Amino acid sequence: MRNHRTPRTATTPSPAGRTAARAGQYAALLAYLVFLAFPFLWLLSTAFKTPRELGSLHPAWIPRHPTLGNFRQAFDEQPLLHAALNSLLVALGAAVVAVLLATPMAYVMARHRGPLARAATGWVVISQAFPFVLVIIPLFLVLKNLRLIDSLAGLVLVYVVWSLPFALWMLVGYVRAVPVELEEAAAVDGAGRLRTLVSVTAPLLAPGLAATALFAFVTAWNEFFFALVLLKTPEHQTLPVVLTHFIGAEGVADLGPLAAAASLATLPSLLVFALIQRRITSGLLTGAVKS
Amino acid sequence: MRTRITTVVAVLLLLLAGCSSGGRAHGGTVTLRFQSLAWQQESVAANKQLVKEWNATHPNVRVEYVQGSWDSVHDQLLTSFEGGEAPDIIHDASDDLADFAYGGYLADLTHLLPPGLRARIPGRSWDTATFEGRIYGVPFLQEPRVLIANATWLRAAHVRIPTPQHPWSWPEFRRITKKLSGHGRYGVAWPLKEPVSATLNLALSTGGRLFHRGADGKVNVRFTAADAVVPRTVHDQVALDHSTPAATLGSGGSDTLPGFFAGKYAMVPLGFSYRQQIVQQAPKGFRWEVLPAPAGADGLTQGVSPQTLSIATDCPHKKEAAAFLDFLLRPKNMVRLALGDWMLPTGTDALADPALHTGANGWATGTALAASLRPAPAQSVRGYPEWKDKVATPALQEYYSGAIGLAGLRDRLQKDGNLVLARYQR
Repeated sequence: MRNHRTPRTATTPSPAGRTAARAGQYAALLAYLVFLAFPFLWLLSTAFKTPRELGSLHPAWIPRHPTLGNFRQAFDEQPLLHAALNSLLVALGAAVVAVLLATPMAYVMARHRGPLARAATGWVVISQAFPFVLVIIPLFLVLKNLRLIDSLAGLVLVYVVWSLPFALWMLVGYVRAVPVELEEAAAVDGAGRLRTLVSVTAPLLAPGLAATALFAFVTAWNEFFFALVLLKTPEHQTLPVVLTHFIGAEGVADLGPLAAAASLATLPSLLVFALIQRRITSGLLTGAVKS
Repeated sequence: MRTRITTVVAVLLLLLAGCSSGGRAHGGTVTLRFQSLAWQQESVAANKQLVKEWNATHPNVRVEYVQGSWDSVHDQLLTSFEGGEAPDIIHDASDDLADFAYGGYLADLTHLLPPGLRARIPGRSWDTATFEGRIYGVPFLQEPRVLIANATWLRAAHVRIPTPQHPWSWPEFRRITKKLSGHGRYGVAWPLKEPVSATLNLALSTGGRLFHRGADGKVNVRFTAADAVVPRTVHDQVALDHSTPAATLGSGGSDTLPGFFAGKYAMVPLGFSYRQQIVQQAPKGFRWEVLPAPAGADGLTQGVSPQTLSIATDCPHKKEAAAFLDFLLRPKNMVRLALGDWMLPTGTDALADPALHTGANGWATGTALAASLRPAPAQSVRGYPEWKDKVATPALQEYYSGAIGLAGLRDRLQKDGNLVLARYQR
């Protein structure tokens, strides 16, 4: 008698095979996470090491004699808290202004496709290619005439201009992902353009707005060269500029305090990421799917 | 919703208004901004303390201490000069001054500095900051390149220990490093991430000049037998004697210290100020000492680019700034700055201070070398930075790694180098 049971094919793995595949996936994910986390963990480890341990040929992951001395020295030598506050003000200011300006622009570029919108998109892409050194001296002179040298407001302005093209580019994708039928329905219900943008489109854009704001925040938080050149007085210096004070001639560094200060400098970014992580994830997915 | 947006905009405007620097009230008092590149804990403390002492005794001329960074000082200053917003008093290195001096950004100090300050610093140091007969910076700190040695290892190997009076010759240095090497250990580790200044500065000891200025004032590169002694020694130590590891050629000075502490290398040629890192990081019981670099036909002579203090052309109170420099660089104060930076002062009186002649941490060896320090060969050569980056650095790296021979090195330095320099001398 013939056996009518369907034979197991190569495309339907056994439960054991599925478990092994899943374990492999988790192992790969873990390896990737370790790879991503390595610099930060090493930075943290360095921050707690004594100078003698830092000079060892075989450095250990876990400091043998953990010390807070590097943190103490870093805070004693440099105004880290004040610099962090400056960075926070500048980064928040840049993020908020960039999003406020980019949102209506992105809406227009996404909804009104034509030669002008295409030219604007092209310009946005090209403007990303300008090197810092090309713009720094004209920018310096313009800000000087506006009396915005050595002011955090001037720096915010620079960061907004710097991050706006990419923010715009990001947001155009998110706006296109919002079904235009929803706006048409709102129009049928009698809502004007502004009302539609504010009440219908903006809430759906929230994840995209969060992602864009985070991009602008991180860009401003990490930026060094403009801050170095545009800020003169120590009271206005931002964290990346203050961190370089632990580096001497020919690249010699006071490694322990530098690592301590740098590890503290990463915290605000991590915190902001943690707070809006869910929105970011859904925002990225939203931007990736075509309606 | 509209109310919410208005609130956000209002908060933002307030935030930005709060960020603005506003104006600083001077109240008739002159305020000078002093941008210092001091970075080590003791050095920053010494600088700040001296500024405080000045401010306490000079109520009408207030000096504001601003922290700069070695890492980016050139670009930062260039932009500030272009925008007319440079600090009044500028800390830099003499080999970085040429472009600023020729560009008209720095004040001519020739007749601005008090005669006492001029007299306290020897002429060879002034030469490092003098361009076309005018002084653009006060050289105040300098460091020779020395050999930091594992004292226990050298004593155990029964090699002759060099002193400033009886240094090793380059051939003797090569023989000794060969003797010290073997079984995964090396006589010397050359950290030559920046090979050009190290090679050129040490080559002065063998009479190497490389840059030759003609009667017409134009500079020409000529790589002679005297120029070849130091690079050939390093090359042969790597390729023939295996007394130096090829791996450290691409390293910075700090990168070689762990291997030095672990007993992999008997010696490391480093700048004098590296002693501070060694004091901090050396394991307990590790015995180290400072030895002079090897000597050649011209003795212990080597090139240096001292740290300098300059005054910006745009500074409206140059006399007051010069008075502050005079105060900051008084012999006692210069000693405080030198101790803070673990370097040598340029001032003759400061160099005589007993604090710098102690045997501890190699101070005495360093001060004994001070008289042999000369301006770095490329000090006033226009186009040197480009020659260094585009021609000399890759050529020397290839030579040290064995990719090209001495003839190839000579060809590159001279032929390609002179093409670069010619563009600056038309």
